Amino acid sequence: MKRLMNLRPSKQSLFFLGLLPFVLIVLLYLGASEVRLAENPNDKLLPSMSSFAEAIDRMAFEPSKRTGEYLFVEDTVASLERLGLGVLISAVLALLMGIPLGFIPFVRAGLSPFVAAFSMVPPMAILPILFIIFGMGELAKVALIVIGVTPLIVRDLQQRVMEIPAEQLIKAQTLGGSSWTIVLRVVLPQIFPRLLDAVRLTMGTAWIFLISAEAISATEGLGYRIFLVRRYLSMDVILPYVAWITFLAFLFDYLLKRFTYKVFPWYDAGKEQS
Amino acid sequence: MKSIFKSTSKLLVAATMVMGLGASSLMAEVKDKFQVSWTIYVGWMPWDYAQQKGIIDKWAKKYGIEIEMVQVNDYIESINQYTAGKFDGCLMTNMDALTIPAAGGVDSTAVIMGDYSNGNDGILLKNKKKLSDIKGQTVNLVELSVSHYLLARALETVGLSEKDVKVLNTSDADMVAAWGTKDVTAMTTWNPQLSEIMANNKDANLVFDSSKTPGEIIDMLVINTETLKDNPKLAKALTGAWFETMALMKKGDEAALTFMAQASGTDLAGYKSQLDSTMMFYEPSDLLTFTTSDAIPATMKKVSEFSFDHGILGEGAPDAEFIGMAFPGGKTFGDPKNIKLRFDDTYVKMAAEGKL
Repeated sequence: MKRLMNLRPSKQSLFFLGLLPFVLIVLLYLGASEVRLAENPNDKLLPSMSSFAEAIDRMAFEPSKRTGEYLFVEDTVASLERLGLGVLISAVLALLMGIPLGFIPFVRAGLSPFVAAFSMVPPMAILPILFIIFGMGELAKVALIVIGVTPLIVRDLQQRVMEIPAEQLIKAQTLGGSSWTIVLRVVLPQIFPRLLDAVRLTMGTAWIFLISAEAISATEGLGYRIFLVRRYLSMDVILPYVAWITFLAFLFDYLLKRFTYKVFPWYDAGKEQS
Repeated sequence: MKSIFKSTSKLLVAATMVMGLGASSLMAEVKDKFQVSWTIYVGWMPWDYAQQKGIIDKWAKKYGIEIEMVQVNDYIESINQYTAGKFDGCLMTNMDALTIPAAGGVDSTAVIMGDYSNGNDGILLKNKKKLSDIKGQTVNLVELSVSHYLLARALETVGLSEKDVKVLNTSDADMVAAWGTKDVTAMTTWNPQLSEIMANNKDANLVFDSSKTPGEIIDMLVINTETLKDNPKLAKALTGAWFETMALMKKGDEAALTFMAQASGTDLAGYKSQLDSTMMFYEPSDLLTFTTSDAIPATMKKVSEFSFDHGILGEGAPDAEFIGMAFPGGKTFGDPKNIKLRFDDTYVKMAAEGKL
């Protein structure tokens, strides 16, 4: 019997089905926008495609009246610097903490409850303290990302280290490996692709903290711009910025995934591509 | 496959109609239920009192309508909701009325200019005493707000311009915490944060405040012009309720003032000190004089020029006169074909003549 679960889409229909939701949402938007604009041609809530084009042209290709810089480029560079630095620091910290936590029972006994409790602190709630410790500059924004993201990755890595089969560890010991060499030769190679996976999954969280940090105090950045023009309901700027952020996030996710599978081909084996 | 397309297109049409429906609330018609949004601010607390104590209900009943004052937590959100057509009226400053609803194509009318900031907004410097010392410093403020406008006006008075300082956008909720950090040396903000910082920090010096530019930051009741045209009863009822409350405040009614103080999160003394830096128009005749004075068009010209220079006068605005404004006595500013903000003295005049 032919079952639905066994039917596979062809290459063309794969492409078409993937595109369909995007097309639907654009059509839905265009329809709604037209209805609103018919009533008030200056309506700001759902602007027309031409006002998006104008806004993008203004933000990306014309130097700003005040500073003479290209705002879109400036915002993107500033945000990516913060995000990149925050995620990099988080990943390194997580690697340094996650492996001992998972591998050495004494470290786990001492630190695990603390890490579990610390990961529950909502970073936004301690923001005023972060300001006072790190100042209002770049440091506080990066710190917010690090504090928000690190515990998540640490806990994931700890779990993964503990999931390494005991047989492997025993075998490595019978071959004469010390704790240190086993970390280097057995644990680290297996954990590294999982670290990249964890980074991928926490990317969304990192963006949230980045945008929140920029909303509170900044002179440039993607989140800063959105919150600045939010006062004026400038959806023609906000929506392209949101689309751009989404695209960047998607791109990073994709590149990280490609990188992981390229460098660690064994990690890919036996997994359904997602 | 065909039926999928059919049902999807049906769904699309339905969803489009639902999303478009929000717009139709902008269409004016004669109606008898109205919503006005408000946010916490010293000069707007009387509205809350009037609502809670039934003064608004009393006046609404007199004109056979219902009015609900809806408190919105975020000031800008309140204006945005009004601009999107969710409210019939809203409380906002003159500058925000120009740059948010008017620039968004929503024709609005300022019915009551209840008060103006007379020291409620100010510029603070850390350990420096003169405004001119601000040169080269980074100033924390809510960018593109009245604070930004005040800074621009202050810099003018000492021959500086915005190029001489660096502006750092900071949320108004974080001002008090921000002042405590090392790298914050200059700030423009408003009450209650302003007095909070000055009371708790010896290094905070007030070098400029809005009492030096009197009458330029005005707090107003704004009503959608279409709605107003079809429902003048709404403005009559609100104006009547407003001046009944003003009469209580003028008398110094302790119970009323205490109520307003508590609702805004302070005590009677704190509220009175905030009132000291607010120029309230208790008498309809005083407000009528202010509303019809030449100062209003002159101020709005400055505000319009500031807004244009900072790119907040709306899309495709070729100059500061892109948005037209109408003032009492038939005076106008800017494009007479694109009048989106009107200052109306009709109802204040009725109040002054006792005709409400």
